[in-house]
Amino acid sequence: MASLQMAALLSAPSTPVPSDRVRLGALRLSASSSSTARNGGALVVRSEAKVSGGGASARGLSLITHAVAEKAAAASSADSKPGHELLLFEALREGLDEEMERDPTVCVMGEDVGHYGGSYKVTKGLATKYGDLRVLDTPIAENSFTGMGIGSAMTGLRPVVEGMNMGFLLLAYNQISNNCGMLHYTSGGQFKIPIVIRGPGGVGRQLGAEHSQRLESYFQSIPGLQMVACSTPYNAKGLMKAAIRSENPVVLFEHVLLYNLKERIPDEEYVLSLEEAEMVRPGEHVTILTYSRMRYHVMQAAKTLVNKGYDPEVIDIRSLKPFDLYTIGNSIKKTHRVLIVEECMRTGGIGASLRSAIIDNFWDYLDAPILCLSSQDVPTPYAGTLENWTVVQPEQIVAAVEQLCK
Amino acid sequence: MAAFSAVKIPPPQFTTVRSSSQRPGSSPAHFAHSPSAFNSISFGSAKSVRSRPLFAVSSDVVSSDKTKPASSSSSNPAVTREVALELYEDMVLGRAFEDMCAQMYYRGKMFGFVHLYNGQEAVSTGFIKLLNQSDKVVSTYRDHVHALSKGVPSREVMAELFGKATGCCRGQGGSMHMFSAAHNVLGGFAFIGEGIPVATGAAFSAKYHHEVLKQSKPEGLDVTLAFFGDGTCNNGQFFECLNMAQLWKLPIIFVVENNLWAIGMSHLRATSDPEIWKKGPAFGMPGVHVDGMDVLKVREVAQEAIARARRGEGPTLVECETYRFRGHSLADPDELRKPDEKAHYAARDPIIALKKYIIEHGLASESELKSIDKKIDDVVEDAVEFADSSPLPPRTQLLENVFADPKGFGIGPDGKYRCEDPLFTQGTAQV
Repeated sequence: MASLQMAALLSAPSTPVPSDRVRLGALRLSASSSSTARNGGALVVRSEAKVSGGGASARGLSLITHAVAEKAAAASSADSKPGHELLLFEALREGLDEEMERDPTVCVMGEDVGHYGGSYKVTKGLATKYGDLRVLDTPIAENSFTGMGIGSAMTGLRPVVEGMNMGFLLLAYNQISNNCGMLHYTSGGQFKIPIVIRGPGGVGRQLGAEHSQRLESYFQSIPGLQMVACSTPYNAKGLMKAAIRSENPVVLFEHVLLYNLKERIPDEEYVLSLEEAEMVRPGEHVTILTYSRMRYHVMQAAKTLVNKGYDPEVIDIRSLKPFDLYTIGNSIKKTHRVLIVEECMRTGGIGASLRSAIIDNFWDYLDAPILCLSSQDVPTPYAGTLENWTVVQPEQIVAAVEQLCK
Repeated sequence: MAAFSAVKIPPPQFTTVRSSSQRPGSSPAHFAHSPSAFNSISFGSAKSVRSRPLFAVSSDVVSSDKTKPASSSSSNPAVTREVALELYEDMVLGRAFEDMCAQMYYRGKMFGFVHLYNGQEAVSTGFIKLLNQSDKVVSTYRDHVHALSKGVPSREVMAELFGKATGCCRGQGGSMHMFSAAHNVLGGFAFIGEGIPVATGAAFSAKYHHEVLKQSKPEGLDVTLAFFGDGTCNNGQFFECLNMAQLWKLPIIFVVENNLWAIGMSHLRATSDPEIWKKGPAFGMPGVHVDGMDVLKVREVAQEAIARARRGEGPTLVECETYRFRGHSLADPDELRKPDEKAHYAARDPIIALKKYIIEHGLASESELKSIDKKIDDVVEDAVEFADSSPLPPRTQLLENVFADPKGFGIGPDGKYRCEDPLFTQGTAQV
């Protein structure tokens, strides 16, 4: 796989409020922008089983002002550890390994997850450590082994089902829709399905139409399913752990091109909240909502935009179903302009749902129509040039922001 | 060859074919033991088939078959009195319950698709009465009687059919989705075949609990029974699960209730090789064919298959030749099945056959059986009364149970989780 190498920076400040300017590439963040509305700093968010009353501070709203995770604001600087650097697929593996160690009912099922270590190496070494039954190499039968995962989730296990490519899970749609999503309800709450279905999707580097699918739009209507998309090593590990610990069936979307992202993540254990969005870059002029790989196209466009004098607020929505309307709403109430940048197709994509959710809830706060940049409604072509034109490129994002802010 | 094994389930018969250069289809031995009727069926028109049953497995075993070693004389019954009465009561419950369902449906108390089990009681009773509480049953939409045999109270099943809040699934499942965590009934699935992977998963879980979690039981592995029909045996999920179950030697029994019809599609018109039990050895597991109208035969086969599974020897495919006396569902006019086929199987009614067996072997008297009939009638009447008087689900129930953890509905604009919204608990929130 072609890799997107992005240099991550060490976290410099030791105080919670980012008063220094932190460089992310050429992007300069100014702390004077709008920290007032939020909890300062990057709190390490732990997902609690109990919901502690409303309000951002009680929920420990995590405001990651940059891709690099800062050490916990609560921890004193004396015992803060430097963290360790790893690639995104290693972060996923670390999260999975920690959960498997912690809870012996956590198991993995999928094609080539065991002896081969996973086709993207997310499960490398786990079969040697945990055995062939806990890291199960399945035959090529997606519908049946996903159903098998569901049956074992109903009877006390916590399986993590890997689709070698998310697109292969189209074969498992029967099980994912009928049993995974709906069975808790049709059984009147008698059986829970604490399953995690994960795998890489999205448009890669000339993989052809069938290996370049975005299944989040197909799954989003299924009632009873939660969907999250990871985009950095930090949130990949945190979301993996949260998904495994969740009692709900969770689909974790990874992206083929993001597996080799490198970042420094904390040594101490952390679990993120499945339902929360991530503030990537606070701003004033426009809210850009994005997720997964498009986050990086947006951040690249943000560099250009900042140079042109714009101040975009970038939110990685992370939770594709349900949407974090609090973070999104607060942003819209501030900027009054929304741009959605997604990799789904235009028709029936996540952006389409997000748009209607925003119109339903925040219509009065909008000063301009919501713009949504999605992939073309085209099977992803093989040719590199055509493939580039199917997905949203940074130039289009810059043009859209300029149009919005006219 | 002996498609039906009286006592022992033989290991797969075709292992030699795999290792030799002979291809299964071309081996003359392959067809040598098929009933001659079968060869004509392969090439003849469907019409010639309907006039006679496909597998003429003797139906008179219930009335002391001299060839059967276990009951070589009428003074040696195959089961004890207690067991015989248990089996009789369970089958009568299944029949009476389903008949009452039909009545209630035509009176407008239940709606939708209702699939009745009349005629197939021997399969459910024969298998499920051998299970422990912790063993699992997975079924299809024809699941009322499986749930009843496993121990789900008639009241709960009837209330579920009426769509009341006291149903086993709180009225949210309906006829085709009977679930019971207390009795380990894992559904109740509307799409055929989709329960088989779930059953495979439950069996995998049993093996996992034993090998990884080291939670072993003295009696052995927990067994999972997957019930499904002849139509399902042409579905991909069936074959995929046969493969996986045998690969990992999962404690599961695939019980095929071959009633020869998938709605209006005759099994012979839909299946290239109609002998379903043969598909077991193709995957390396034993395939057994049994007369599904004879509860004692079914029970005997079930005993061996369950014992195999408990010992960790892996899955078994059991094909039960059976018949549904009613249509596919209460909405099915049932015009395609010939009257003489129906008459043939009506004469093999499992309940009448067992009753005859019990009386002939002196296990109980006619009046005792009649009192069981009456008792069951009362149980079913009580179930209807209970269901009738139960409340309908309130609006507050609408949004419950969508997620095990209702935080899955997400965070609302006010920063609170939507499940904390008071309108949510009234069922009026827009989620």
